[in-house]
Amino acid sequence: MRLPAVIAKRLVYALVLLFAVLVLNFTLIHLAPGDVAETIAGEAGGASPEMLAQIRKDYGLDLPFLEQLYRYIEKVVQGDFGYSFYFDRPVTSVIFENVWPTLLLVVSSLLIAILFGTFLGVFAARRPNGLLSQAITVLALLGYALPVFWTGIMLVILFASFIPLFPTSGMDAGPLGASGFGYVWEVLHHLTLPVVTLSTIYLAFYSRLSRASMMDVLGADYIRTARAKGLGERVVVFKHALRNAVLPVVTFAGLQFGALFSGAVLVEAVFSWPGLGTLAFDSILRRDTPTLLGILFFSALIVIVANLLTDLAYRLVDPRIKSAARA
Amino acid sequence: MTAPTPAVPAEEPVVIEVERPWREAWRMFRRNTAAVAGLVTLSLIVLVTVLGPFVYPVDPFAPTGPLLLPPGEQGFLLGTDQQGRDLVVGLLYGSQSTLMVGAAAAAITITIGILFGALAGFYRGWIEEVLMRITEFFQVLPPLLLAMVVVLLFSPSIYSISIAIGVVSWTSTARLVRAEFLRLRELDFVKAERAIGARNARIIWTIILPNAAPPLIVSAALSVGVAILFEAGLAFLQLSDPNVMSWGYLISVNRPQILEAWWPVTFPGLAIFITVLSVSLIGDGLNDAFNPKLRQR
Repeated sequence: MRLPAVIAKRLVYALVLLFAVLVLNFTLIHLAPGDVAETIAGEAGGASPEMLAQIRKDYGLDLPFLEQLYRYIEKVVQGDFGYSFYFDRPVTSVIFENVWPTLLLVVSSLLIAILFGTFLGVFAARRPNGLLSQAITVLALLGYALPVFWTGIMLVILFASFIPLFPTSGMDAGPLGASGFGYVWEVLHHLTLPVVTLSTIYLAFYSRLSRASMMDVLGADYIRTARAKGLGERVVVFKHALRNAVLPVVTFAGLQFGALFSGAVLVEAVFSWPGLGTLAFDSILRRDTPTLLGILFFSALIVIVANLLTDLAYRLVDPRIKSAARA
Repeated sequence: MTAPTPAVPAEEPVVIEVERPWREAWRMFRRNTAAVAGLVTLSLIVLVTVLGPFVYPVDPFAPTGPLLLPPGEQGFLLGTDQQGRDLVVGLLYGSQSTLMVGAAAAAITITIGILFGALAGFYRGWIEEVLMRITEFFQVLPPLLLAMVVVLLFSPSIYSISIAIGVVSWTSTARLVRAEFLRLRELDFVKAERAIGARNARIIWTIILPNAAPPLIVSAALSVGVAILFEAGLAFLQLSDPNVMSWGYLISVNRPQILEAWWPVTFPGLAIFITVLSVSLIGDGLNDAFNPKLRQR
């Protein structure tokens, strides 16, 4: 299949998935115990009777289930994801404000984890029983077993009381902060600890993965050929082996985006990073169901887009896929 | 004359190597110090969890001392939290939620994973297509967010939390089981069963599944660890059963005071870490025990 056809097929599939997320959201609200209107309004708020009547009218709650679902999806297609009674604003406008900080956090954590992880893995692969290999194994074990929010809290204690090098809360210095390049610096400064917390888990994972993959590749015949040709070790490792060893890393990067998002929710809650995670946490405390469901939808959307991009990246790195698909 | 002597093999007794993969695996596991340490630690935690309430029957939510007392003072070994609760009691009772949810959620994960993976891998065709599409759908949803939505809508209890965690984390198990079934269904002993006319249900559950057990057991161990971390994460986000003490809950309620008091968040976090670490060491040990070839890595 040619690339445009592949993309078109993937886009249609992505739409089907998004549609399924909507159906799931809607079904969950209806499965929840208690009155649907009250679930939507948020139980803790003690919604007024007028508010509940408004919700019943908006969502058509007196209609049959399927008709309600139809109306819900019709509204979503028009960009209406419901109304947050806490913010007194449409859910979409609340989410759009919070989506960029989350993307910044998740993407930079993933990039750092992949870059440093691959780097470590490549070096570890050259000495399978060396110190670095063992350090990676230990790091992977720690990365799996440490609760990410707890690591974050420990870093907050450390950096807030003992080493005040990095800010431990928020994304900027507030209205009195810098502007222009100064602002970028400020955000990066605030970003450091959340990224360190979130990327450490995945750093260990990627270094382990790329180490294993690199060791596989280094045993292959074409590497022996390259060495026999008299190519330098650096060219062999970084030009011949790395390109092939990096494939599983790319695959997992796409698969893990959803998991990374889960980690981001906790990390954001720890560092008060003003993204979707903090918003989700606050929505729990406020019982703000429409906002929480909106976040679920938009994060699924982001994961789908990330998967699509990974797929394209994979085709760029591995030309075999293209030719295999054409045959 | 060197006519070949007729091949009369000496009557050597034919020794049939009876493979005992389980015993062999256990032998390998026992030699793995880290894995045994994990098993011992986890057993101790389970023991303390089961016996603790009998030895020390108190209400874990009731304050028993001054607020935020540092460790070691006034006879409070680990100090007290911001509501004056003894942290020793908190840790002792908090393991209940952790272990119960960890076990129940992992059981749900494994059950759904086996069901989806086995049916998809065995029947293939449209069944596989449908089941794997559902699996992909669940992979698109960030697991923690979906669990948060489910627990919030159904109000937090150890049941809703276990179900939510189980429902969001079965996809990798399903993929693993499917891959195993795809591999095993083509092997001779399965074909032989088919040839003698065994029913599909028999082939799936009593022929293929037991042979897929080793990787499944490793994945089950990992699921328990993940489930424990999920439970702690949800509790940290204030989604924990209000009637059951939990380590994540302790971290959550004491977080606002971390700069004055480090101990009420540090100890429960360490407890979670040690529990998940021992589960993970057991998982690694099982993995090495079932795949001895990988040990050279």
